[in-house]
Amino acid sequence: MSPKKKSAATLFSEYAVVIIFLVITVAAISPSGLSLKYIIQELITRLGRNSFLVIALLLPIYSGMGLNFAMSLGAMAGQIGLIFAVDWSVAGWQGLVFALLIGLPIAVFLGWICGKVMNKAKGREMVTGYILAFFINGIYQFFVLYMMGSVIPMRNASIILSRGYGIRNTLNLESVRQSLDTIFMLKLGGFDVPVVTLIIIVLLCVFIVWFKKTKLGQDMRAVGQDMAVAEAAGIPVEKTRIVAIIISTVLACAGQLIFLQNMGNLATYNAHDQTSFFAAAAILVGGASVTHASIPNVFIGVILLHAMFIVSPLAGQNLFGSAMVGEYFRQFIGYGVIALSLVLYAWKSRKAIFNSRSDLRGGVAGKGKDEGGQA
Amino acid sequence: MRNFKTFVQEFGWPRIIIFLFLVSLFVLAPFVGVRLDASFSDVLNRFGQYAILVLALVPMIQSGCGLNFGLALGIVAGLLGATLSLQFHLQGFWGFFGAIAFATPFSIIFGYFYGKLLNKVKGEEMTIAMYVGFSFVMLMCIMWLVLPFNNPTMVWGYAGKGLRTTITVEGYWLKILNDFLAIKIGRFFVFPTGLLLFVGACAAGIWLFLRTRIGTAMTAVGSNPDFARASGVSADKMRTTSVVLSTFLGAVGIIVYQQSFGFIQLYTAPSPMVFPAVAAILIGGASVNKASMINVLVGTFLFQGLLTMTPSVINSILQTDMSEVIRIIVSNGMILYALTRKVKVSK
Amino acid sequence: MGQNGPLLSLKNISKEFYGNVVLQDVNFDLHEGEILGLVGENGAGKTTLMRILFGMPVIAETGGFKGSIILDGQETHFSSPFDALDAGIGMVHQEFSLIPGFTTAENIVLNRESMRPSILNDVFGVRMSILDRTAMKKRAENAISKLGVKLDADMMVSEMPVGHKQFTEIAREISREKSRLLVLDEPTAVLTESEAEVLLQSLRRLAKEGVAIIFISHRLQEVVEVADRIVVLRDGLAVKDVPASGVTIKDIASWMVGRSVSSDAARRDESKKYGEKILSVDGLWVDMPGETVRDVSFEVRQGEIFGIGGLAGQGKLGIPNGIMGLYAAGGSVRLHDKVIELNTPAAALKAGMAFVSEDRRGVGLLLDESLDWNIAFTAMQVHKQYLKPVLGGLFSLRDEGGMIRLCKEYISLLDIKCTGPKQKAKELSGGNQQKICLAKAFALKPEVLFVSEPTRGIDVGAKKLVLDTLRKYNKEYGTTIVMVSSELEELRSICDRVAIIDEGRIGGILPPTADVAEFGILMAGIKDFSSATKRAPAAQEAPNA
Repeated sequence: MSPKKKSAATLFSEYAVVIIFLVITVAAISPSGLSLKYIIQELITRLGRNSFLVIALLLPIYSGMGLNFAMSLGAMAGQIGLIFAVDWSVAGWQGLVFALLIGLPIAVFLGWICGKVMNKAKGREMVTGYILAFFINGIYQFFVLYMMGSVIPMRNASIILSRGYGIRNTLNLESVRQSLDTIFMLKLGGFDVPVVTLIIIVLLCVFIVWFKKTKLGQDMRAVGQDMAVAEAAGIPVEKTRIVAIIISTVLACAGQLIFLQNMGNLATYNAHDQTSFFAAAAILVGGASVTHASIPNVFIGVILLHAMFIVSPLAGQNLFGSAMVGEYFRQFIGYGVIALSLVLYAWKSRKAIFNSRSDLRGGVAGKGKDEGGQA
Repeated sequence: MRNFKTFVQEFGWPRIIIFLFLVSLFVLAPFVGVRLDASFSDVLNRFGQYAILVLALVPMIQSGCGLNFGLALGIVAGLLGATLSLQFHLQGFWGFFGAIAFATPFSIIFGYFYGKLLNKVKGEEMTIAMYVGFSFVMLMCIMWLVLPFNNPTMVWGYAGKGLRTTITVEGYWLKILNDFLAIKIGRFFVFPTGLLLFVGACAAGIWLFLRTRIGTAMTAVGSNPDFARASGVSADKMRTTSVVLSTFLGAVGIIVYQQSFGFIQLYTAPSPMVFPAVAAILIGGASVNKASMINVLVGTFLFQGLLTMTPSVINSILQTDMSEVIRIIVSNGMILYALTRKVKVSK
Repeated sequence: MGQNGPLLSLKNISKEFYGNVVLQDVNFDLHEGEILGLVGENGAGKTTLMRILFGMPVIAETGGFKGSIILDGQETHFSSPFDALDAGIGMVHQEFSLIPGFTTAENIVLNRESMRPSILNDVFGVRMSILDRTAMKKRAENAISKLGVKLDADMMVSEMPVGHKQFTEIAREISREKSRLLVLDEPTAVLTESEAEVLLQSLRRLAKEGVAIIFISHRLQEVVEVADRIVVLRDGLAVKDVPASGVTIKDIASWMVGRSVSSDAARRDESKKYGEKILSVDGLWVDMPGETVRDVSFEVRQGEIFGIGGLAGQGKLGIPNGIMGLYAAGGSVRLHDKVIELNTPAAALKAGMAFVSEDRRGVGLLLDESLDWNIAFTAMQVHKQYLKPVLGGLFSLRDEGGMIRLCKEYISLLDIKCTGPKQKAKELSGGNQQKICLAKAFALKPEVLFVSEPTRGIDVGAKKLVLDTLRKYNKEYGTTIVMVSSELEELRSICDRVAIIDEGRIGGILPPTADVAEFGILMAGIKDFSSATKRAPAAQEAPNA
């Protein structure tokens, strides 16, 4: 394709999502009545809390598998680990490590299943991942609600439901609360900065950058661009995709632990429900698409998305007299952003196919009707 | 023996397992103190309640648009129709058909734009449909709070404006279909004749539609879009038509559901109604691009049978409520199975 | 040319696909540094032969092959393309196998990247090594210079002109360490004249370095210019194996195409009358990937059977597809002097034209539906037939009875072997499926019928029946037929005139009785007949390599 001057329309469509978000967020800051200081502190906390999870989405996008809506599988693995950590009363950041050690093999296993299922549904990975998340959620509930405390012996009676088995709906994470954040909480210019958490996130970014330079990273990139060519060149396509999902699931596991330690409590049966939604919305708002995502997208997205989430409930309250409006508006924009990004992406890729064929015409006069070609 | 093998392969093990499971539940029921006649009555009731929502999926499957995860749009159109019907104090059959009449223009408009959108994103319809559905439901949540309804049975008491989350239809058109020509046998069994007649009429209507020239063209588009195009059929037009039809049926379906269930459920209620409908049609034997009336009827019956019998029977046996978990595993497992099936492209 | 024995020896290679013989006892040798030009019509067996050489799985899946491949004096058997690659055989296909978002260098070394070990190797295996991009670039640049062309190693493939993509493909093959034999399948098809010239020069360079080359092309001027030897395949047989010096293009063309004029031509009805001009096409262009039409104009008289032939990819298939609105097209098409709207199949169909597509399974049939559906569908949609009104004309339903009757009519007329009108189309054999497609078109009672590759992939008996049916409809109903086919013999046996398409344009229109060599020349794209009789240069030691 010859480099063309990008028209204003093309530029807008590429950055449409980011622009819309900026406009809405900035507009909502003053009606919300929140101080800039409060907003910035909240953003710092949320960066620490959510970034790891969003980074987990990078590799599947890189490998052409779209948004990994099944990342909640990793979250569930982490939660199981956390339940055991609380059960065994392992406190502090050691509790988190303990949870990670238990959750890791589960995450690898679930990631492997997810990869295998997605390979059977090539071209439909996103919706399949979405449904798989629900399916595994059912199994997780069965495990946690019925097996824990009955078939699986638990030590700590205080986390068990009154009927004698099954974990309580809400688990107080007091023992590990903020344990990662407070290892070294830096007070900087009036703000509290969870240094260790941020260092871990930076390390992950470094790992991702390094990973892309490896042969496996290059293979994933090839598979993501054109599975057929990669296969013909001898790259093990199916295996590569499974590895990408396993890594994503493992990162989601760790990411969920970071998220939960900051939150301080675990909604045992619901905490993982919205994980993939928030992560996907964040990365899309940051300018990523279903096929292209990079580290800047992650951070820009987390900041923009959460800034909007912070201000809109109160803005809604003050503008419309109802906090619910702000809350609904928040969710509407969140889902809308994902829908918009998916639509823009699908529309663009169809146009690209049409345009690339016009190169093949080479000298053929005139242009046919749009879509006059394939059905 | 070979016929049996091909039957199993085509029908799929998951469906067979579900069928056998349901049969075993019926067999077990009397032994654990669950009344068969009450159960059967329940199942028939729930079958009629959901059937049209499941039927709504058929046009889009046939035209190749896949599973309509955006059914929420049709449901919202139905909700608008129902609330308007109540706002104007319409009762009895006037209320019911009035609701449908109010819902119709909304469903056509929603369906038309939704269809145009899907045509621009061929290949990724399902995921996009899901998120368009979710965001639209959220937008409507704001609308329900803001729209100027003022029937006192519908709005919040103290504020006087903004619709309640759940609105009863008692006194308007509760069970208007169910009770029509209902047959009562004994204390526990009621045969909801009107409801089942209406469901039958709708199914017959769609069956006839698929046999018209346009219906035939729609099926061809889903079966082989290139073939249809070569025969002068506009795939885009057929797809949009199927989406409008699907959305309209979704609206009718939720109104039928409401008159049986007794309540209009607003706000975030539409979203969780979509997956069960999808699971039901898949359990009935439909695939991602082919669905028939039999799939609808069998699937709804099996799925609702499962949802009815599982809590009562299993809970009596195990003294615990596993129904929710089983529902999640079964319905999502079914959809997963359909998505990962090798699309039998006979090329 | 160095070596004692030949690098590659193909002995008695034979291959059949489900009883259809595609290759028969093909023999030839290839030496190091030799350029062999392989020519032949479509279906002559060139692609199949190369697939066998390259170990493509489709060969094994369809019953394997007979004969042997001898490499370096030892009999070898490749079970996959990777084996062939390991043995030093590289193949450049017609469709590019490149990753669009990768650079030239990355594509050239794809899956053979230079690596440096990393700390994670022990735990997670060799794929965790780091790519050595400097080494990769160097290897790529080596390959590029070996070709003697100018390529930017860091340019992204998606932004390259088509010619550069072709060179990148070739560079990839020769960058393999063991590369000794290179097969190029129509490499100049997408190149401009100057780029083609550069390519030929690089091939000469490679040959000088000892790489053996098999060069497949229908552009006979190029073959004559660059090849040391020429092998002509015809109907699965290697009919000629000669040194290139002293050979003219006209010679090659006749060898490619020549057979005795079949006796069928004698059955021609000399007194056949034609009506007025019924179809006129002017300046037609069609964007059909792989069969681009650039500028085609012709006229057909009512009652005529007009043939369109030419080699694969030259555009003949694009003509009916474009006129019938299946692919983006422009120019003017008139039926009975009324302009027919393009890009809309419904317009052409309503005007009275019908089309039997070459893509039987993809476009021609609804495989999952019954035969009566397939036959009646288009007539139902376009002319609203086979519908019966219900409730006093309130709406119409499919007339199942009428559809079954129609189907039975054609089952007997065309002798379609099936269990009945309700059998699913996918269960029929190829020949019978083709008859269904014909029935569907006939059911429209068209004035002009386009048939594309009517007898492709069907057995001899069915072939005859299809052609006889076309003749019958033409004679009894006066249906004008435009027939597109790769089989020249078929065209010559049934058509009143035959046009040959080359590179998206009509090369010429000949009477069926014309000399086969003339057809061959038109197919090979020779515009200037005088160059066709020029002899090839004597020796390939030309100093401009």
